[in-house]
This record gives sequence, C-alpha cells and structure tokens, in this order.
Amino acid sequence: MTKRRIYMDHAATTYVKPEVLEAMLPYFTDQFGNPSSIHTRGQMARSAVDRAREQVARAINAQPAEIYFTGGGSEADNMALKGIAESYAKKGSHIITTKIEHHAILHTCEWLEKQRGVSVTYLDVDEYGRVTPEQVEAAIRPDTILVSIMFANNEIGTIEPIAEIGAMCKKHGVLFHTDAVQAVGAVPIDVQAMNIDLLSMSAHKFYGPKGIGALYARKGVRVPSLIHGGAQERGKRAGTENLPGIVGMGKAIELATATMEESSRRIAALRDRLMKGILERVPDCRVNGDLEHRLPNNLNMCFKYIEGEALLLRLDLAGIEGSSGSACTSGSLDPSHVLLAIGLPHEIAHGSLRLTLGDGTTEEDVDYVIDTLPGIVRTLREMSPIFEH
Amino acid sequence: MLYSEKVMDHFEHPRNVGEIPDADGVGQVGNAKCGDIMRMYIKVDENEIITDVKFKTFGCGAAIATSSMATELIKGKSIDEALKLTNKAVVEALEGLPPVKIHCSVLAEEAIKAAIENYRQRKNGGGEGITVNESCASCEH
Repeated sequence: MTKRRIYMDHAATTYVKPEVLEAMLPYFTDQFGNPSSIHTRGQMARSAVDRAREQVARAINAQPAEIYFTGGGSEADNMALKGIAESYAKKGSHIITTKIEHHAILHTCEWLEKQRGVSVTYLDVDEYGRVTPEQVEAAIRPDTILVSIMFANNEIGTIEPIAEIGAMCKKHGVLFHTDAVQAVGAVPIDVQAMNIDLLSMSAHKFYGPKGIGALYARKGVRVPSLIHGGAQERGKRAGTENLPGIVGMGKAIELATATMEESSRRIAALRDRLMKGILERVPDCRVNGDLEHRLPNNLNMCFKYIEGEALLLRLDLAGIEGSSGSACTSGSLDPSHVLLAIGLPHEIAHGSLRLTLGDGTTEEDVDYVIDTLPGIVRTLREMSPIFEH
Repeated sequence: MLYSEKVMDHFEHPRNVGEIPDADGVGQVGNAKCGDIMRMYIKVDENEIITDVKFKTFGCGAAIATSSMATELIKGKSIDEALKLTNKAVVEALEGLPPVKIHCSVLAEEAIKAAIENYRQRKNGGGEGITVNESCASCEH
C-alpha cells in the first residue's frame, strides 16, 4: 500500500501504540520466562503478569483477583454467559439481553437456548439503540440468573444506561454482565459505582495487541473453569499465560485511561466535524444511533439509493478505510441486525457506512473524507436505478 | 484479495452505465430488500441485433461488475445469442468471483432475460414499458 491511507475503522481494530509494543518486546526475547517457574526468570514474568492485572483492575475500579485474562472479548463473553448458566442452573435458567448485542453474545445465547434449555429474552431497543432500566425490570422473573447488556454498541456507538441498569439488577438480586469491548478505554467505567458483576474487554480495541482480553467477575460470583489444566487464572483458564499479550494489554489500558478525557474530547470534536461536513454536502443521508449517549469516535450513517460494499470499495480506492452494515459486507442475506433493530428498512440499512476515528486521526484526514465522500456517493447514485434526479 | 483485477476494473470503470429513453426493451430484477437491483435497457434493430445496451445497478462490487460485463457480452449480439448468455460465462469473463458473490452473476443473466422478454412482449403488441422480476433466486425476500 503506497498512497495516503486514512484508517477510520478503529471499532474493528486498532494499531498497537509504540509504547505498548516497546513494553511487550522484552517478554519475547529476554524476559520470556514461564510465570509458573520457580527460577528468577519465571518469577520476573510472574511479576509482570501481576502488574498488568493490577493495571487492568485499576482501569475499571475492580480488584486484581477479579480479573481473568482470556484470548479476547468473544472468549470473555462466552465465559460469562456459559459460566453463569452453568453455575446458577439451580437458581434458574432465564437470561435477559438485547437485540443489538455483538454476535459473541447473541450466538452464545442461541446456543444456550438450543443446547442447554436456557430461555432468553431479547429486549427491543428504541430508534436510537437505547434500552431502558424499566424494560429490564419488566423482564426479570424469579428464575432470571443474568442480565447481559452491552456498554456501548460497536456499530452505531450508542451507550446504554449501564449504571441505572446495574442498580436495577442489584435491586432485584440478578447478576449483571456487560460486554464493554467497545467502551473500555473510550469512556470511564467503574464496576463498583455502576453495580457491574461481570465485564468483557479486548485489548485490540484500545491500542493493545490482538489475541488478549479479560473477563472481570466480582468476588463471590461463581465462574466455572473454562479450560481445565494448570492453576493459571485461579484455575478458571488453564494454560501458560500469553505473557507479551498480557503486558501489552496492561500498558495499553493504562495509557488509554490516563489520556481518556483529553483524547475523547479531541476525537469527538473531529467526529462531529466529519458528521457536519458530510450532512452539509450529501443529500438524503441520516445518522444512526444516539447523538448524545454515544462513543466519541463513532459515526454511522445511511446513504439512500446506494449499497454499502460498493461505497466501501470506492472509499478504499481513494485511500479511506471504513466499514458497513450492508448484507454484502456481513456475508449474510440480511443487513446488520443492529440497523434492523433500530427500525431501519432493509433498503436503507444496505446503504450504511461506519467510520470510527482514532488517536492518530487528524483534521486533515477528516477534511479529506469530507471532500472525497460526496463525489463517490454521487457517482454511485448516478448508477442506481432507484435514484430519481 | 476480495475481488480479481478484472472485477475491480469493471467496478471502477463500469461500461455502458446509463439509460436509453427510447429503448426497445427494459428489464429489472432483484429488490431493495435484497440489496440488489439491476435494470437493463436494450436497443434492437430490424435484424434482432442488440445495437445498444445500458444498465443501472443498486448493489455491491460484484453486482456492478457483473452487470457491466453482461452488457459488454451482449452488445452487438443477436437476441438469440444474448439469450444463451449464462452467469457462468459472466463469471469466467470476470476471471472469477468469490463463491458468496456468484448469485450476482445469476442476477445479471436474469436482467438480460427480463429486458429481452420485455422486447418480445412489446413486439407482440403487449407488455409494459418495463418487465420487472422482483424475486431473487438466492434469498427468501
């Protein structure tokens, strides 16, 4: 790839920051010990894991003993849902979640329904993607063992009323899990203040490496072993620790938390500039998701009369990297379940574009997109049989 | 890579985009729910040769590329020859499509057939200005 490229798909993944990479490297070459070894090299590795665990715990106001490192966010989601379903089967087998969760939650719920006889309530969301604590309360039954609601949606950026939902779950004595994969590092999270019992996170969303994530499980919450074997992760997830990954994750989350307020303000301003610029220059388009309760870096729009993959390809040819919720990009016959859940008709949902900015995004990048996108939309519309001039 | 060079060429520089106001046959296939709509216009002379063809497509990269290629393959051909065009020929001419995109080439073949059917209907004194076939072979919409 030679010419200028503008990466606006940070919700899909992020680059590893130089400080993170620098922190990781010694653990590949020199300090490569197995954290379970008795010798000094092993014990130094053990210390590095402990330090990273503290960094992760601090970032969400949890205790280090409540953090379990996993292979990523999807694994943490699986561990939470399947784990609670198993541990609390005597109490009940009803789970409450929403229609806009990530597939790691939805497909796990579907599997639990089919294979474990769990019953699941999928709550509707409003046109902005929001669910209310009252909806949660109304769905709680005597046999409800878990509520799982994502902190912020990966496609449309909507942030849910997590603290209020947490309070509601506490009031009714139901465990509350949140898939916070898109939120960690972007918005403040406090599992104590927000009454969160379980939380999933993934390092590659906040400038850490891929292949490493974590599940937070409040002390006292019974989580069964996901992987049996050695004693790593308090026996819940055996296997020699991904030492460089864990160190990288700790460093990344520490960096993200330290700069969060300033970063999110800067990025939100750029995102708003991008949104305004596009709305001003392109007719027949709309923004999806809640404008107020929203991830600072997320812009999701629908453009009438054109299709998402074609839009992405043309943007890519111009050096702009985004994503879409169209059927063609999801590999299924339906467009994104999130866009359908907020009430968009299929034909509108097919024409969606998601741009998610990052710490490296500049004003020049944003202005280039504002200058380039309208022409691309116009070209595709002129080719479209459903576009009336 | 997602698409071959040939496909990207037809996507970036589609041939025969547009409308023919006084077309002799117009066909449309697919539906907005699917995310794929192709409309074909043909001009046919007294020897049943397709002298001009134009298309408009709402759809992905493969949809645009297959409709573009399809118009190239039938331009200058007779109606009978055009009817023989298969989606396989379109895919071959494009030097391959990802398996999940093959159905786009099927839609392109159907768009041509719809335009020709419209031409035939008009010739027989009946038919509308456009023959529309909304059902899409690959999905349930």
